Amino acid sequence: MNRKEALSRVGLLLGGALVGSSIFLESGCKSNPKQVNDLFNQDQVNLFNEIAETILPATTTPGAKEAKVGEFMTVMVKDCYTKADQQIFLEGLIQIDEECKNATGNIFFDSNSQERTTFLAQLDTHQKAYMERKKPEQPSHYFRMMKEITLLGFFTSEVGATKALRYVAVPGKYDGCVPYKKGDRAWAT
Amino acid sequence: MKNNTYDAIVVGTGISGGWAAKELCEKGLKTLVLERGRNIEHVKDYTDTTKDPWELDHCGRTTQEDRINSPIQSKIYAWNEVSKKFFVNDLENPYEQVKPFEWIRGNHVGGRSIMWGRQCYRRSDVDFEANAKDGHGVDWPIRYKDLAPWYDYVEPFVGVSGSLEGLFQLPDGKFLPPMEMNCVEKEVAKRINRKFTDGRKMIIGRTANHTRQVGNRGPCQFRNKCHEGCPFSGYFCSNSATLPAAANTGNMTLRPFSIVQEVMYDKEKGRATGVRIIDAETLETHEYYATIIFLNASTLGTTAILLNSVSDAFPEGLGNGSGQVGHNLMDMHYGMGASGDYDGFEDSYTYGRRPTGIFIPQFRNINEQTKQKEYLRGFTYQGGANRGRAGLADGIGVQLKEQLTEPGNWTMGIMAWAEHLPYYENKVTLNKNKKDKFGMPILSIDCEFKENEKAMTKDIMNSAAEMLEEGGVKNVKTYDNQLTPGFCIHETGTARMGHDLKTSVLNKWNQMHEVKNVFITDGSAMCSSGCTPGPSITYMALTARAVDYAVRELKKGNI
Repeated sequence: MNRKEALSRVGLLLGGALVGSSIFLESGCKSNPKQVNDLFNQDQVNLFNEIAETILPATTTPGAKEAKVGEFMTVMVKDCYTKADQQIFLEGLIQIDEECKNATGNIFFDSNSQERTTFLAQLDTHQKAYMERKKPEQPSHYFRMMKEITLLGFFTSEVGATKALRYVAVPGKYDGCVPYKKGDRAWAT
Repeated sequence: MKNNTYDAIVVGTGISGGWAAKELCEKGLKTLVLERGRNIEHVKDYTDTTKDPWELDHCGRTTQEDRINSPIQSKIYAWNEVSKKFFVNDLENPYEQVKPFEWIRGNHVGGRSIMWGRQCYRRSDVDFEANAKDGHGVDWPIRYKDLAPWYDYVEPFVGVSGSLEGLFQLPDGKFLPPMEMNCVEKEVAKRINRKFTDGRKMIIGRTANHTRQVGNRGPCQFRNKCHEGCPFSGYFCSNSATLPAAANTGNMTLRPFSIVQEVMYDKEKGRATGVRIIDAETLETHEYYATIIFLNASTLGTTAILLNSVSDAFPEGLGNGSGQVGHNLMDMHYGMGASGDYDGFEDSYTYGRRPTGIFIPQFRNINEQTKQKEYLRGFTYQGGANRGRAGLADGIGVQLKEQLTEPGNWTMGIMAWAEHLPYYENKVTLNKNKKDKFGMPILSIDCEFKENEKAMTKDIMNSAAEMLEEGGVKNVKTYDNQLTPGFCIHETGTARMGHDLKTSVLNKWNQMHEVKNVFITDGSAMCSSGCTPGPSITYMALTARAVDYAVRELKKGNI
């Protein structure tokens, strides 16, 4: 699928028509995915959860998937992104499969964990290089958006804030000098 | 008419209106308190502030809908998903910007006292004498000694935390215990205070957050979510403090949804008789009468009412024989500073979220030794050191996650608040050809920073960098956010005090020169912006002083 086709498909998605994501078309393993809101369907949520989990995986603490970053993404992109950025983001969800296929031979969902990590690490290098050379008025790289929304969604989620970080809703006092040792988790807020 | 008659009317419920209501009611006057917006019931209406980030739809962030409905308000630091209900919808509250001016408003009971920055600094004679010394604006008709007892009076009720420093340019007050500097701030302060001999000093911010219980309020719980409204009453606002005190007297009638159109004037009697309002819900017009009227509708709100109160006696607006109403608009020039990294204290961290920072009082043009050639007046800094968590880092996977779950290195920054001189041509007028949905002519704001403000910028940035470097901060970078007037939310000056009715609107008691039963004690009364933030405590002191005078005059039969 070239860029033009991708764009037209995104256009249809933005219009609310259900054509099916590239996962649906290419894996052919699902029936019509449920629409989550007028921008995203459940397949895209699942795909994003896998992307997010690769960015912030479960370790001794939960990862982005458990934090339901995929669902978070659907709300944030719909409500907080400009139309232009929504377009780039949606396009990115298609493009990421294209690029993954070129790199690993499989779409993202069908790649194994090692392939995903290698591929996204490379994509992260690309987005960084692009972000550094782009003009301020040019839009962000789609993977920069994905990474930012993953970090925001994870660290403001309940598992992210309370398990990966430390969170106290009502501190009750301020102490300007408490002991810290390497490895202690940061405050969530 | 009988049911519509009171001893006093207060227009506005923000920081100065709340004080006017409290003082008038406590002195036994039956007082009608008018507010253009809806009621905000203390604690009950601070919805969502006890929610955790993951319970909010957008984890606190601004939506596209917000940006469309409130393109101006949503840019402000205090705006978030929870606090946004306290800011106006810009589309429904239009005004004209002849030059860019961000007018930040909260139309509800409590006004901006709910979302204010809470910094409280007394003005000194450096401020009160400045106009007389360099000839900009008119001389303040008061000096520090006139206001000092009234700062003494309001501060214990407000509940201001701060340290005693003995600085002539920043008088001490009646403070609750100060908040604590963190270890990096303590170290930087120690070095700065030792290094500089020209009077500059880094101290802890003075804030209306209660480090001890004040009556039944507080103490502060260090959530640092103040502008969402505090369920612990941990800081001072009209809703937590002055309005309940006024209500407790049984003398207050609070009327929300009351948009004051004009102050009515009786030419024969030579006095204001009352106010005409539009009910924002029913769109009906009502008239209310009183012996004393306090206008506390905010600087620009009060100015709009004055300009719209035209009569045979005052064709250019109530009490505007001087032609000064609407002129001399000031904000503060801010958003310039420096920041950098602090190496060390890796074994130290902080607990709790302190709702203030550090403060560096004015050190330029405070005496002969500190006189500057390039500019008049001066600036102050606020800032702080912080051991934050990186929001973004290179790479993905386990390493990224580990990196982002640990605090980063210490950083420290300071940012300036600088004086904006009173220029006659910086003004607001009414555009009678454009009306809002209540039929009120909209305000047209024509205000800018000029040469003196710009001339200060270079010194502000260099001095910030110099102080941080002397304080031990590394990789110091300076910046200038180039913010337009209004952004600082310290608009003042459009109905200024002064010695005579030819050049000013109010006398030294905040009483209109030409209408003796009308008092104005919000920001519009100010003769200069000063370079110290936190003007609200001065409005509060001026209000209590003006009410005391008004009631004394009333008893003498002079009003």
